[in-house]
Parts: sequence; structure tokens; C-alpha cells
Amino acid sequence: MPLDTSLVRKPFKVIGTRVRRPDGIDKVTGRAKYGADAFAPGQLVGLVLRSPHAHARIKKIDTSKAEKLPGVKAVVTAADLPDLTAGDRGLRDTLENCMARTKALYDGHAVAAVAAVDMHTAKQALKLIKVDYQVLPHVTDPDEALKPNAPLLHDDIFTEGIEPKPVKPSNFIKIAEYGHGDVEAGFKEADVIIEKSYKTEQTHQGYIEPHACLASVSPDGTAELWVTTQGPFVYRNTCAALLGMDINKLRVTSSEIGGGFGGKTHVWAEPVALALSRKANRPVKVVMTRDEVFRATGPTSSASMDIKIGARKDGTVTAAFAELRYQNGAFPFTWAEFGAMTAWACYDFKNVKSVSKDVVVNRPKCAAYRAPSAPIAAFAVESTMDQVAQAIGMDPIEFRIKNAAKEGTKSSYGPVYGPIGIGPTLEAAKNHPHMKAPLGPNQGRGMACGFWFNFGGQTCVDVNVTPDGSVTVAVGTVDVGGSRASLALAVAEELGVPYDQVRVIVADTSSLGHNDMTDGSRGTFSSSMAAVDATRKAVQTLRERAAKIWEIPVDEVEWMDGHAHAVGEKHGNKAPLSVKEISAQAANTGGPIAGHSEIVADGAGVSFATHICDAEVDPETGRTTIKRYTVIQDAGKAMHPSYVEGQYQGGAAQGIGWALNEEYVYGKDGRLQNPGFLDYRIPVCSDLPMIDTQILEIPNPNHPYGVRGVGETSIVPPLGAIANAISNAAGVRLNHIPMSPPRVLKALKAKKK
Amino acid sequence: MRYESPATTKEACTLLAKEKGTAFVLAGGTDLLVKMKAGMVEPDLVVDIKRIKGMCDIKKSASGFVIGAATPNAALSENAALLKAWPGVVEAAQLIGSKQVQGRCTMAGNLCNASPAADSVPALVAAGARVVIAGPKGKRKLAVEDVPAGVGRTVLKKGEIIEAIELPAKKPKSGDAYLRFIPRSEMDIAVVSCAVNLSIDGKGVITAARVSLGAVATTVLLVKDAAKAIIGTKLDDQAKAKLAAAASAACRPIDDKRGTVEFRTEVAGVLARRAAEIAYARAGGK
Repeated sequence: MPLDTSLVRKPFKVIGTRVRRPDGIDKVTGRAKYGADAFAPGQLVGLVLRSPHAHARIKKIDTSKAEKLPGVKAVVTAADLPDLTAGDRGLRDTLENCMARTKALYDGHAVAAVAAVDMHTAKQALKLIKVDYQVLPHVTDPDEALKPNAPLLHDDIFTEGIEPKPVKPSNFIKIAEYGHGDVEAGFKEADVIIEKSYKTEQTHQGYIEPHACLASVSPDGTAELWVTTQGPFVYRNTCAALLGMDINKLRVTSSEIGGGFGGKTHVWAEPVALALSRKANRPVKVVMTRDEVFRATGPTSSASMDIKIGARKDGTVTAAFAELRYQNGAFPFTWAEFGAMTAWACYDFKNVKSVSKDVVVNRPKCAAYRAPSAPIAAFAVESTMDQVAQAIGMDPIEFRIKNAAKEGTKSSYGPVYGPIGIGPTLEAAKNHPHMKAPLGPNQGRGMACGFWFNFGGQTCVDVNVTPDGSVTVAVGTVDVGGSRASLALAVAEELGVPYDQVRVIVADTSSLGHNDMTDGSRGTFSSSMAAVDATRKAVQTLRERAAKIWEIPVDEVEWMDGHAHAVGEKHGNKAPLSVKEISAQAANTGGPIAGHSEIVADGAGVSFATHICDAEVDPETGRTTIKRYTVIQDAGKAMHPSYVEGQYQGGAAQGIGWALNEEYVYGKDGRLQNPGFLDYRIPVCSDLPMIDTQILEIPNPNHPYGVRGVGETSIVPPLGAIANAISNAAGVRLNHIPMSPPRVLKALKAKKK
Repeated sequence: MRYESPATTKEACTLLAKEKGTAFVLAGGTDLLVKMKAGMVEPDLVVDIKRIKGMCDIKKSASGFVIGAATPNAALSENAALLKAWPGVVEAAQLIGSKQVQGRCTMAGNLCNASPAADSVPALVAAGARVVIAGPKGKRKLAVEDVPAGVGRTVLKKGEIIEAIELPAKKPKSGDAYLRFIPRSEMDIAVVSCAVNLSIDGKGVITAARVSLGAVATTVLLVKDAAKAIIGTKLDDQAKAKLAAAASAACRPIDDKRGTVEFRTEVAGVLARRAAEIAYARAGGK
């Protein structure tokens, strides 16, 4: 039976209802098991020694004293993790990031690790490891790192995208270009041109749960890893490759996850924990401290950007240009390129171009952070859009509506859009009571739009009907935002049974085929597609079994409301058979009843949002209070509206923190000054207003229920919306994120002069 | 590491005096335990003073209040007389940490931790509070502003502990207030802070004042010029401007992860003016 993704047009029975979440009680009572909650007999404590230097050559590591300390069972360095990456640059970088080889590339870079019988011994052992460093000059700013004489991180990065290929290595990883039309010609047609530069500082996802795992390698070469992760299969594949294991010998089980937001898509201490366990021949548990999470996991980029928009007085944008320079941390990736792809995606411009420059610096290797790179670019673009609207005397929403992309628009990054939600979210914002609410003194209102691609990818789902007719579902894509509830709803919908009759678990990596990790807002989109597919296969089997029981042809059996019905007048006396009745006879009709689905979920519908923000700025201190906040976003179809609203609110909350106070502060010595929640200021509850949400549903034609991913887009507009609100409140344009009180006060004072 | 919880102050002083290694006093532990967990300090001896009689008591007399060194801050606001007499001190103490931290942390600990950003210290300085110090050679008293010697350092000698904080009796027609600047709304550390304590006469003229600033120098400052700027005035706009200027002029801050020199200097003046307005209103001034 081929995968059928065509939209279900009949009314839903359970999809779209606010059922009780399956993980709720365990989470609020403390019973849920997270990364640090696993125990194994004989387990050791693993700790990692980290570089105090931003950039240093490792001349020698002497572990002999640590090894002699009673209670120490293993000490590992790069020598215990030989390079098996066979020319795979990305994998080699991952290996080198997990354990420095010849150079420490940032403050916090792992250089050695120990496993000992208890925490005290492990801490003592770390102090006994002597590392002989040759400190090198460092660079932490993207613009500085691009300068010709900047300290060089790697001698094998030759800028991609430049012809001919440079012969001299540099920190400049790649230049890329997106867009269409002729921007130079477009700017000549403009009545008004606004050209501005912007900066954003580095932020961390700030998940509550630090990275934690329990690794156990047996002398027979098999291994188990319990870990908090967004992608157990990806962790498995990566760890197996780094440790030289057959993939089937490593079984990874994902714990409940206390937040990831992209930060738990990459391996950090897990290969080290496995290497320690292999060497010690004992299970090893590694739990990062918050200090380690900040210094040595994957925050998002800091960036420097130039934006230029030209428009006619009637509001038509004639040309738009962006140059985006993002730092990737100490290892090369394409984070700026993601920014260049997303920058103009909300709009339908005739002439548009974006150029990305990716650069390495002496900071931790950047990882995905919720719609990675998009919020940064959107901040610069949406700030400039507001200034153009102001310059031509047009309402900022009307200006955006006039230029919004629609079905059939060729996007700035290439593809042609299907049915999309940017126009509807803008119209909804325009008509929202928030837009008309009065503002108090020192208050300003701002709005901004945002886009995210969304992703589908590889997914497996097993649906099993138990002997009593209740249903178990196993999925391999980790539940970070409510997918277990959504899958149960999908299975219940297809089967025609109550939600409570379906129980979903996240399976370990030895139970299902490969699943991609939970990223790109793919969890509910792709897994529910597979769940629908698997359930329809189970329904087909149920019909066949009913036909067997009734001894009639299967095409005379119809499935309706959780029952097999014999169709046609000749079967008028046959009472419908329930799932329970059919499964009770499974042993006599062909064995267990199940449905399986292994798919690549194509056609993830792109996602758009418009946010509205009211900010109040204290003119004497520069302190900002967010007074009101509204999120309007297209969900395609909200399978469980409460979860969707939670995603909208969560993205906005993280965006508010990013916009106002969160920032990595590096000292002149290249060391991170604020690796803790005291001085890395994520908002506390009392910093936030109630975040209002409005769900729009423009069905995704590629999903049976019309679902689009909703997890990430909500963090894209806040930086721009808040910057516009603060700028309107303060009467001065803020172009550097975070808009912390010292920056706002400085801008206010500069305006006075 | 040894943990001791003596029953008397004398015993506590003796333990501390005799210890050859690193010794720390434990009251609420909201600084010490955090530092121990972070590996910043590794004590050989910890002396818990909470079991010492009177250490957790607030006593009121004609001359004022005596607050035992181990009194948790949560207890301060539950003391109606103290709250009425010194609302600025109590509100400063209540800003420290979370609800959970409030149940443990103490003002004496806040003072001995010797952070220039300590919230309760500027309020105590403005209030003219003194500390009772017990040591191997007996007891002595010091003004609160004379206790910190620098960032993380106090003038306490080996074997000495703070036994109590003494607040004077409230003068008629007086009021105090404390304000701190933080980017968040709670759970944060002062970027700059200011306490003002003042008295007025029947006509609303300020007769006495003390102004103290936090987080703008290596120790909390008592700023006499700022007090002078408002003494003899009815806190009119000119006086407030002079107060703000004097407060800003006294700042010797640094640029760090929490704020800039420029910001701290400017906002010190703003907070001084705003705190003075609250204190003036509390004194009954109009």
C-alpha cells in the first residue's frame, strides 16, 4: 500500500482536541527519567578537563599522576579516540570538538577526561592532569576574524565559493549567494533607500536539563548509551563511527528531554563517556555542569550584518540586499548561509540578493538553535523594513502586506511557494485588537514577520494492536514538543478509537529503523504522517481478519468508527466487530495485528508568523519591560492546540530573552565571563507578560491532516518585533542585540546630544 | 573537611582561631555552599553558627533592634516592628535570591561575603547600622561601612565572627529606602544600587541624611556629599539634581559582564534621586 498523503477532507473526531498529555503526570511528580536519572551497577563518575585558554597549542599532556590516584579507573585524551573519520571533514570536526587533538580552540574545549569511583576522586584526578599549553593569539569577533592578519584557527580552511580557490588558509569558511533579479537596477528605481548595519551577540538555547548520559561498553564490543538527546539514531551513528563500532552494536536509548532547541542534535561528551567506559570496563556517567553547558556545547552564532532596501513611495520594494557575517564557533559550518536563505523569505521582491560569509572564531562550535540563523537575519531585515515604511510614510503592516509572498511566489532562496501563511498572518495582525490598544507613556509598539523552512525526513512508526484491543505505538523521532500526544491522536483518528486507548513510546535505536533527529520542526509533521500510514496498514489487516472471521471477501468489509462492518444487504445480520473482538481472535486468524511505516516525509510546508509587541522603556535607565505580546502563526492544522500554543509562547519567550539581555560576554583573554544563569540573563517568569497566541490553519497539501511544523518559526520574529517596539518607545533606533539597558541608555544619551 | 556546630559564640571563636587550614563560618550557606560546590573554596573547617543561642533572634529595645547573625532574611519582614521602623533595610534584604534562598540567607552573611553588590549592605549603611563582633579577645563594635575591606575581604580578624547587627531606633519623621538596578525583575545581582535614609523637621526640611551606593566601587560606599546635597532642602528638583550629581561623582565602577562604567555612573544618580523620593515620602514629606 503506497504512502497516501492526500488531505483528509472529512471532519475530524479527535484531531484538534486538547487531550491530556501522556507525559504530564510523570513530569510534574518527578517520576520522569531524564539524562542524569539512569544508574548502572558499578557505574563510575566521568569528568572532563577543559582548556582555560581561548586558543592554545597542546604541547604535552601528562596523565600519569591522575592514573595513579586510587579510585581512578580510566583517563582518556585524544590518543584514546584515534581519528577513524577517513576524510569526512564534518565527522573529524565533531571528533576534535569532543576532544582537542593538537590545539585547544576555545575556552572550555575538552582536552582530557577521567572516570573514577566517586565525584571527589574524579575532581582530584582532573587537578593531577598536567597540560603544557603554548598560548596563541585568539579572535572571538566575526568581523575581526575576517581581517587578513587575524589569528588563524585552522590551516586547512580555504574559502569556499571564491574562484579561483584561495591558496592561503583563513578563518573565512564560505561565501554564498541567494536571490534573483538585478538589485543594482532595482535600487535605481527606488524613491527611498535605507542602508543600515546591525549586530547580534551570541546566545545559548538555555535548556533546563544539562547534557547527561550513562555509557556502558562491554568487553564483547557491544555498548549501551542512555542519553538526553534530540536524535538517538544520529547519536548512535555518530558515536559508532567515532569509536569504530558496527552501528548495530551500539544501542542508544533517549531519556525524557529537558529542552534541547537544537543543542541536543550534536554529540558533545557522549563519545568521551563511551571511550571512558571502554577503557575502564565499567559503566560511566557524565553529567555536565551549567558552566560546561555554556562553555562547551553549541550556542548560536553572533553576527554582523549590512542591509539595504529600496522602495518606491507607493510601498513597492524595488530591491533588497543583505550581507550576513556569522561566526560558527571554532569549526566550519554554514550558519550564515541559513541566514541568507531565510532573510527575505517572507517577501515577494523583484530584485533581491543575500550574501553570506561564514567564519570560524575561538568560541564553542555553534549548534542549531530553534530556526537556526533565521532570527538574526530577520532582526536586521525587519528593522530595516520598518525604517523604509517610516521613510515613505506607510503603516508598517500595510507595507509588509503589499510586499508579502503568496502562493506562486518564487522565494528569495529558490523554490516556488505553495499555499502559505504570511499574508493571512499579516491580515490577522492588522485586525487584531492588540494593534488598536492604546499605549502609555514611554511605550512603543512594533511588529515583525518570520519564516522557517520546516523539514520532514526519515521516520519509522510501529503500531501494534494488543490482545485486549488497546494500541501501542513506537516512534523513533524523540518527543520534544508533544509528538506522543499528537501521534496518539492520529492513530486514534485513523482507527476510530478513543485517544486513551492508544499509548505511544519513543523506541530505542535497536527497535526501529533509522529516524532522523527532532529538528526542523519535523517531529509531529513526519511522525504523524508515518503514524497515519502505519495505522491504515493495521486497519487493512483488521479488515482482512474480520473478513476471515465472517468468511466473506475483504472488499465487503468496511472500517468505520473503530469497527469492521460487513457491507451489503446479504450481510445485514452481522453485528460490527470491534478492534477488541478482532484482536481477541488474532491467534486463530493470522497472528498479531500490526502496521508499520518507514518513510521519507517529503513536503514539509513552509511556516510563517507575524508578532506584535508593546515595550516600555525607562528613559533614565534604558530598562525595557515587555508589556504585551501577540504571536500569530500558521500551523497548517493544529493537531493538539495547547501544544501548538505552547510552542508559540516558548519561541516568543526565548526571543524576548535574546532581544533584551542574553549574551555571551568574553573577556579580553578570550574567556567566557558569564557561564551561568546568574549573569547569562534568560528571562524569569515575572519578566514576561502573558503571551497571546492566534493559530491560523492554512492546510499543508502534502500531509493527510494538513499539518505544518510549528516549533521553530515562533523565535524568528521576536528580535525584530521587539527592536521595532523599543525603537518606537525610545525614539531612537536600536541596531545591536541584545538591547540591554546599557546599550539602550547609551543610544538615548547619544540622541540627546 | 570538618563540620562543627558549637553551642556558644566563644566556642565558635575558639574553633576558628585554632584552625590551621581554611575555615569558614556557615550561617545560611547561600554563598558558602555555592562556592564549595563550584570548587571556588575548599574549607578544612566549617563552623555552623545557627545552633548558638540568640543567633536567630530579633530583639527590640529602646535603643533599636539587635538582629542575630544567623537570622534568615525571611524572618525580617515577618517582624512588624522592624518592617515599620526600617522598611528600606527589610526591602533590600528581601531582594536577595529567591523565596527558597530567603529562608536561609542572612544579612550578616551578605556583609561578610563582602561583595560590593550586596543588596542589604547599602541599606544597613544608610541606616547607620553597627555590627557586634565577637573574637578571642572579647567583643567590639564597628559601623557596617567599616566591615568590608575590598571585594571578598573584611576587616574581621582570625577567630572573629559577627554575632549581631544593631539597627538604631527609628527617629521621628524619618524614612529609608533602597533601590537596585537589575535588567530582570528578580533573581539577579545589582548592577548599581542606592540606599537613602533621611529625617525631616515639621516643615519638611531634611535635617539629616545618609546615602549609600552599591556596585560602584570595590566596597559599598557611604556618600557624604550626596547627603549634603539634600540636607537643608525639601527635596526640590534642584536638590535632587545635586544629589544625583554627587552620587554619580562618587562612583568608581568598572566595566564588566553586568554593566559599564558609563551606565553605572549615570544610573547611580537616577537611583539616588528615586530612593530619596521614596524615603522622603516615608518620612512624611510632601
